[in-house]
Amino acid sequence: MIEILDERKSQIYEKGSQTFELSCDKASLAGSVSQRACVFCGSRVVLYPIADAVHLVHGPIGCAAYTWDIRGSLSSGPELHRLSFSTDLRETEVIYGGEEKLYASLTELIDTYRPKAAFVYATCIVGLIGDDVQSVCARVEKEQGIPVVPVHSEGFRGTKKDGYRAACEALFRLMGNEDGGSVGPFGINILGDFNLAGETWIIKEYYRQMGVDVVSCMTGDGRVDEIRRSYRASLNVVQCSGSMTHLARMMEQAYGIPFKRVSYFGIEDTAEALYMVARHFDDPGVIDRTEELVRSEVNRIYPAIREYRTALEGKKAGIYVGGSFKAFSLVKALRHLGIATVIVGSQTGNREDYEYLREICAEGTIIVDDTNPLELSQFMMEKNVDLLIGGVKERPIAYKMGIGFCDHNHERKLALAGFEGMLNFCREVYSSVMSPVWKFSPARHRQAQLGRACDEQDGRAAV
Amino acid sequence: MSRMEEPLYNGSEPRLSVSTRNACKLCAPLGASIAFRGIENCIPLVHGSQGCSTYIRRYVISHFKEPVDIASSNFSESSAIFGGGENLKKALDNLVRQYGPEVIGIATTCLSETIGDDVGLYVDEYRRSARPGAAPVIVHASTPSYRGTHMEGYHEAVRAVVKAMAEKGSCNGTVNIIPGFLSPEDLRHLKEVCSDFGVVSTMLPDYSETLDGESWDRYQKLSAGGTPVDAIRKMGSAVGTIQLGRTCEGTGSAAAWLDEHFGVPPLITGIPIGIRETDRFFAVLSSLSPLKTKTPGKYEKERGRLVDAYIDGHKYVFGKRAVLYGEADFVVAMASFLDEIGVVPVFCATGAHPGGFRSAVLSVLENGGENVLALEDGDFVGILEACEELKPDIVIGSSKGYFLSRRLGIPLVRAGFPIHDRIGGQRILHVCYRGTQQLFDRVVNTLIEAGQNASPVGYSYI
Repeated sequence: MIEILDERKSQIYEKGSQTFELSCDKASLAGSVSQRACVFCGSRVVLYPIADAVHLVHGPIGCAAYTWDIRGSLSSGPELHRLSFSTDLRETEVIYGGEEKLYASLTELIDTYRPKAAFVYATCIVGLIGDDVQSVCARVEKEQGIPVVPVHSEGFRGTKKDGYRAACEALFRLMGNEDGGSVGPFGINILGDFNLAGETWIIKEYYRQMGVDVVSCMTGDGRVDEIRRSYRASLNVVQCSGSMTHLARMMEQAYGIPFKRVSYFGIEDTAEALYMVARHFDDPGVIDRTEELVRSEVNRIYPAIREYRTALEGKKAGIYVGGSFKAFSLVKALRHLGIATVIVGSQTGNREDYEYLREICAEGTIIVDDTNPLELSQFMMEKNVDLLIGGVKERPIAYKMGIGFCDHNHERKLALAGFEGMLNFCREVYSSVMSPVWKFSPARHRQAQLGRACDEQDGRAAV
Repeated sequence: MSRMEEPLYNGSEPRLSVSTRNACKLCAPLGASIAFRGIENCIPLVHGSQGCSTYIRRYVISHFKEPVDIASSNFSESSAIFGGGENLKKALDNLVRQYGPEVIGIATTCLSETIGDDVGLYVDEYRRSARPGAAPVIVHASTPSYRGTHMEGYHEAVRAVVKAMAEKGSCNGTVNIIPGFLSPEDLRHLKEVCSDFGVVSTMLPDYSETLDGESWDRYQKLSAGGTPVDAIRKMGSAVGTIQLGRTCEGTGSAAAWLDEHFGVPPLITGIPIGIRETDRFFAVLSSLSPLKTKTPGKYEKERGRLVDAYIDGHKYVFGKRAVLYGEADFVVAMASFLDEIGVVPVFCATGAHPGGFRSAVLSVLENGGENVLALEDGDFVGILEACEELKPDIVIGSSKGYFLSRRLGIPLVRAGFPIHDRIGGQRILHVCYRGTQQLFDRVVNTLIEAGQNASPVGYSYI
């Protein structure tokens, strides 16, 4: 048993008779091994997929080294985003300032790689040593004739969410002054899809079939010119709303573009996303094509899902992901497999999100904000889960305890979005949960023994 | 060839590019965190932003495939302005309550160092405020990421641990081993070798179990294993300290510190990869063993089989050209191994800048270093460019070289850290005759396979 730290108790809730109180949206507790990263991480993940821009991390080497080729974001063309550039500040620059090195690095990288834009990520110490990143960027922008955008992502200035905001502001700065290509009447922007394992392409294909034009995707398979043109769309469709709602709001205010929050994970949510867009345009042709698309896709995947369900019915799952909107979809997607969610949490959910999770989850479900490995492992044992859905840092926690795992984080190499993604998801869950290897797991044996002991005790009590 | 004809690059000379493009190094707190996880019941605490510890965890977990808990003092804007003391103390407190560690290893970051946090003072204040006897051992390593690389972080942490804990006592006959950044499998093998030599050793750090453990029956807050605290205390009473790695000589190392303060003689020898370097290491071990034990028969046989394999495979490797990259000591050891089998390590690169890299590489080459370039402070785009010019037959190093191997169609032998695109990186054995045997087989077979795949015939015999 572990001791849950007092300060953490308000961020954990077990659905039951007590009134719902869950605090969130706060900085991680010092000494609690949070699974969250920092402001820089938030900015970096959002902007990362823009494939024809140079992404220069201004600071010592760590931040750039750890984010080299970190995401599974695919590009149909240039792949500059898969390179990791750093000003690699040393002690002398920390003392005398890093502006010169920033200027020289930017100039050199732009000369070498001829990008369409450059993003400069300010890391922790940049503000402290007083570098004027803004003016260096302005100078290079003028000299090189491409947008050079500073991203204020000093790690300590808030949480990952503040990093999302900084990234949204950087994207917003790119918009406008671009009139190439025509935009049809049903033009949308996809916000908050990062083309992990080609997911943007799956979604774009749906919209193509519906007769809806995708003006830009921010930022999956992202291109600078598309982003610049994005203000000409008539609807913003926002997935991963935690990261991109801020941008949608800014665009609504500046360009009058309305936005809708969607998710492309799972059958209902994908269908609802597409219908929502179709309803927005209220065009009979679009609506018909959407209905046809959803019908044929669901018919295509449903028989296979039913087979998976036969094997998985009655299993229990824990979910711990970055954004809570994804958690909603996962709870529903698991239900199709007959799997009950008994633990659900996120790094960055807000009060409304958790309220909604409470509504859709069964009694006894643990809802947790910004958890850590000790808590998570304890919850998993208490609830005796068969599956954990999370990211790289959660995977070994599950595996060590003999629990199946599905990677639903930004490093995944398997497309999980859309109808096709749902099928992949089911296959992924199935291939982990049903593997014969768990038979060897000591933790599984122990859990089984404990289960038997409890049954016997119950049996005796009944006698 | 213009760029390559310039004099060999060294630490003080200009870099090929201003920025670092695909770094061939990591930051100092990562090295410190790894070292701290090699101490029994020790939790690393990174004093900086939340991202530092999370990124390091993610990076390390992707290699070791083990839970790696690294705490953070989680700086906020106000800690950056007013100092991180409160956060640090709170973090210490929470770690004691939740993990009950014997040791907390604090690694500072660029952030806490730049604002000038006096970590030593905070730790003293924390100790004074804690219940007597309740505070664990707290070790503090200064590891700003603008100074050195993960290897400097590793060595700084090891030195800090020794400095904080080692005590003087009468010589107890044990041998200290500072292995450098090797795989858990390497560490297990080194312990086996020591034991076969009749040497009672204290290996610091020893993450052979903590970062490559068994499947569990119940959750372990801090995975079992690691150098016991008691053993570290006794490091001041050892007969000698063997420090593996030819570039880590100097005053900053743990071995040097133990020498200066307790008169424990330091013995610096290369990481034992290849016959020559293993022979040297075994000779050192033999000299420190209580009975001056000669190399045990088991290893004589391994050595013999390795020589036999070298001969069986020599034609497939002779004159081949290799590019090596990674931590300086690792590259030096690999260069020595390749040199002794007739492969020319045409380009040896490290992202570190220890200063003595080039001379260390040259010192292990017996077959002439005139065709060998050694680059300090290199990055992977620089290594890619070098490969484009040098057209090597094989690339050897971490999985971070995969992109260039793929682009240029040059086969890659994965070794060292990190291996992010395969399982089992933690179980690669590199050291001593046994590890060399495995490396040799892989290098030869990789070259044979490349030839076989490229051949229009596809012979089924070699």
